[in-house]
Amino acid sequence: MQQVKLSSTWEAIREAGQNVLGEVARQGYDESFVFSVRLALEEGLINAVKHGNGMDSSKHIDLKYSITPECVEIVITDEGCGFCPVGVPDPTRDENLEKTTGRGIMLMRAFMDTVEYSERGNQLRLVKHGP
Amino acid sequence: MLESKPRIQLTRQGDVMVVELVDRKILDEVTILEIGDQLNALVGETDTPCMVLDFINVAHLSSSALGMLITLHKRVREKNGQLRLCNIQPTIHEIFVITRLSEIFDIAESRTAALVGLI
Repeated sequence: MQQVKLSSTWEAIREAGQNVLGEVARQGYDESFVFSVRLALEEGLINAVKHGNGMDSSKHIDLKYSITPECVEIVITDEGCGFCPVGVPDPTRDENLEKTTGRGIMLMRAFMDTVEYSERGNQLRLVKHGP
Repeated sequence: MLESKPRIQLTRQGDVMVVELVDRKILDEVTILEIGDQLNALVGETDTPCMVLDFINVAHLSSSALGMLITLHKRVREKNGQLRLCNIQPTIHEIFVITRLSEIFDIAESRTAALVGLI
């Protein structure tokens, strides 16, 4: 897997995201596939900066990725104390529909084949298989 | 204080504010805050705001952007106004469907369709 160490800034994750997505597109995946990976990658990186590292630019994000004709695998690790995804309420329940947060994980799950958190909850693994 | 970049383009059709989102990607907090501020300022201008929000340029948005839109929707509703979204690309529309936000928002296919009944 390729590995990049990022500072917790919007600029850093934007640039890293573009690099990864450029490689995904170069691998020949179609627009819909790239859209799915972009959505999950950006949600994951934004969560790492915002919730994991608390917008502290001195903290780092470890981004690992592997892009092959068979699948795209991305692992994002932040320096936060982690969280429990099970505790996130279902945003599609009637009582949560107008809440302004809590949709990121659901969207990642909708667009990727695998969305897994480490036991500590500070590492996210995303996988999408090719068609 | 730094002025934020214009994130929206406003035209008026009668009492309706037709607002085109300028950015192709609405992802990071700074962009989302600036768009939210600029839209809220418009909503604050009138007693019963009537707004069409045109997504023609938008190819990507994050879950935080959805949060900003929900806040805007609530604000418009509190003022007994109307908010209609239009020109949402199919992939973005899928996000609205998956999250069931398509049931909350009034979504029209085109700007012309969005203006029907408003002007």
